[in-house]
Amino acid sequence: MNAAAPTADPAAATGGSGPASVAITVAYGFWIFLLSDIIMFSAMFASYAVLTPRIAGGPGPRELFELRPAGIETLCLLFSSFTCGLGVLAVEHRRMRMFFICFALTFVLGAAFLALELSEFSRLLAAGAGPARSAFLSAFFSLVGLHGVHIAAGLLWLTFNVAQIAVNGPLEFVIRRLGCFGLFWHALDIVWVGILTLVYLMGAR
Amino acid sequence: MGKLHWAAIPLDQPLAMAASLTIIVGFLVLFAIVTWKGWWPTLWREWLTSVDHKRIGVMYVLLAFVLLLRGFIDALMMRSQLAIAAGAAPGYLPPEHYDQIFSAHGTIMIFFMAMPFMVGLMNFVVPLQLGVRDVAFPVLNSVSFWLTASGALLVNVSLVIGEFARTGWLAYPPLSELQFSPGVGVDYYLWALQIAGVGTLLAGINLVTTILKVRAPGMSYMRMPVFCWTALASNMLIVAAFPILTATFAMLLLDRYVGMHFFTNDGGGNAMLYFNLIWAWGHPEVYILILPAFGVFSEVIAVFAGKRLFGYRSMVMATLAICVLSFMVWLHHFFTMGAGADVNGFFGIMTMIIAVPTGVKIFSWLFTLYRGRIRFEVPLLWAIGFMVTFVIGGMTGVLMAVPPADFVLHNSLFLVAHFHNVIIGGVLFGGMAGYNYWFPKAFGFTLDRRWGTVSFWCWLVGFYFAFMPLYALGLLGMTRRMQHYADASWQPYLIVAEFGALIILCGIVAMIVQLVVSIRTRDRRRDLSGDPWNGRTLEWSTASPPPTYNFAVLPVVESLDAHWESKHRASQPPAAARAPTDYADIEIPARSANGFVTAVFAVLTGFALVWHVWWVVIAGMTGALLTLLAFGWTPRRDSIVAAGDLASDDIARREMRAGAGGNTPA
Repeated sequence: MNAAAPTADPAAATGGSGPASVAITVAYGFWIFLLSDIIMFSAMFASYAVLTPRIAGGPGPRELFELRPAGIETLCLLFSSFTCGLGVLAVEHRRMRMFFICFALTFVLGAAFLALELSEFSRLLAAGAGPARSAFLSAFFSLVGLHGVHIAAGLLWLTFNVAQIAVNGPLEFVIRRLGCFGLFWHALDIVWVGILTLVYLMGAR
Repeated sequence: MGKLHWAAIPLDQPLAMAASLTIIVGFLVLFAIVTWKGWWPTLWREWLTSVDHKRIGVMYVLLAFVLLLRGFIDALMMRSQLAIAAGAAPGYLPPEHYDQIFSAHGTIMIFFMAMPFMVGLMNFVVPLQLGVRDVAFPVLNSVSFWLTASGALLVNVSLVIGEFARTGWLAYPPLSELQFSPGVGVDYYLWALQIAGVGTLLAGINLVTTILKVRAPGMSYMRMPVFCWTALASNMLIVAAFPILTATFAMLLLDRYVGMHFFTNDGGGNAMLYFNLIWAWGHPEVYILILPAFGVFSEVIAVFAGKRLFGYRSMVMATLAICVLSFMVWLHHFFTMGAGADVNGFFGIMTMIIAVPTGVKIFSWLFTLYRGRIRFEVPLLWAIGFMVTFVIGGMTGVLMAVPPADFVLHNSLFLVAHFHNVIIGGVLFGGMAGYNYWFPKAFGFTLDRRWGTVSFWCWLVGFYFAFMPLYALGLLGMTRRMQHYADASWQPYLIVAEFGALIILCGIVAMIVQLVVSIRTRDRRRDLSGDPWNGRTLEWSTASPPPTYNFAVLPVVESLDAHWESKHRASQPPAAARAPTDYADIEIPARSANGFVTAVFAVLTGFALVWHVWWVVIAGMTGALLTLLAFGWTPRRDSIVAAGDLASDDIARREMRAGAGGNTPA
């Protein structure tokens, strides 16, 4: 919506000044999307919590999970959020070299996280602990996998927006979307902290 | 081609084939007419690619009406089967077909009739009532609609190719697991609802953002019409509840497609987890449906009583209380699970508590009518019919909220009667009231009053004949979803119910006749004033139908019932009659094929997933992704309406409306 509303109006003073600008509605709408996304994760968390004891005679969390790779994954993700935050600030100040470096780092760290996660999945599969083994493992692969799918989608999104800026320069609407990407990436951190706690810290030896 | 084979077309089932043929011939005739009349370019430009919230709202309601017919035919078939299938008589529907029919009926009526009806009304009305030009994200709005339509299409494709689920409208496991439902029916159900569910979620995000961030200057929260409040509550519930549905269906899909064990009998699965998750969505869902209907009734009753709504603030509070409480009652759908007396007691009490804000609303409406100058126009008839009917449905609901009583009534026809009582008497009556009330705003002419009245009375009387016997049958011990029964003493009740369904059929026919008659006589039922009902809220302050941009200059809101107040301010002519002096260029979003193209890929992908045609799945998903990326690469295009054009256009409209004079209904 085009925003410009008569702010001098007396009624506006008591009842808001009319439609918000695009920058605000986009960020606001994206926040609401993130809330809905977190609710989807919470359904997966609830299922994981309910199904953790249902190992059907197969391996349980104690036999399967290792803290060290999970710790490295956490570091990758948290640092990628840090570089992502720096990158968003950089592009807002039009410091383009800084921007490209930061987002390259974000991508590399995110990809490293994904690679570590996939290597853990393949280790479990090789040990005969695939998602079809028990309800516990179904819930584990789905919860962690859903987060992984989000990370993969985030990498695609990041690449796309950075390519847009590389080709067309720092357009306002792309910078707005990078701001949303920053929110998305941080939200995935929060979800990951939940996974780290519930799945790894409470599950591993 | 995966599991897809010619054998998937049910040539051996005459009923299914006849229905399929009807649908296909209907589509072909429609295509032929559109082609012959040369309507394709207009249809494409003005409707299919429109991002105007009013057009999208109209398309939602149209979708709801089409699916109402489909769902109602299912209902008639069930009632006819049960009217004859007593004792030794087998009836005309075999069990596996009957099971598909009741599953399709529930799925269609909730997801593709009630939901699009309510979302459509909200889409059309909310921006107009807020005094703004569109929703927050117009292109996303179009995507939402088309995803919903894709889901509806997939459900109907299952009639022609393959089969539909035989599991009931919520597909409870373990029955819906691969082990017991190896066919494609459950897959159709799951993918159709996943696709439509994404559409609904996006629509919810859109409307929440619109109501909270895109309002006319001066439109503070406590100046918003009640319909906007109920729309806000309903859409917040969509945002909070639909992700749970998506996650739950995703788990069931993983069970079915990759052999996981969320809800299976073996491997440690837990079917009751599904019950909890699905109802954590499902109970808010019934309030997602009923809250906008409450909003419609609040508008309609205030306008046709000629009074301001009694207890606006308590109405708002009650709406928000329902919004919160609706997440705390889900377990009453399965008291018989055996969660123990304490848990059942808690949820029983919560269920009784949620009836309190609903009661507050009923009293507010009654007090609004009290000593009002009541005009018995069609929308008000629906509202009064609702108040009587819904109270009965509410009371049977509170009755079942008592866990010991529920143990007797669980899964009986008493329950079936109860939820039809609140969904027909509440949601559908609300939709019909809204349809009759806002139709002149959408199309610029009123609906025929006589046929509208006939339709209302047929629906109301038919409803009582169709569902009161089911209460009795439930108490006699008849359970739901029976294709046949041994106890012949039930038959008279079921014949009465069939009779009621036929009266409702007359109501639906009258509805169609009303529309046809109104269109044919539209020239003499034109509403030039833009305000045919002497309305109170801002949608009546612009022309009917409103221009694309709704308001040439955004209204400045100074009170609740802004349009009413401006009409009744003695010192100056109403705002609608005064041409503003400060016209400025405005931007309106350009049309976009994004939604339609996404829907084509969504249907392809969904269909291919059902039949395990993996290369089409990959092609469809790639197509959808490329559409998204192509949309994301270029900045949003807006068309500019120049201030000069805007001014001449607006002044012409105002003169026409001033010439039309009074606010009395046509």
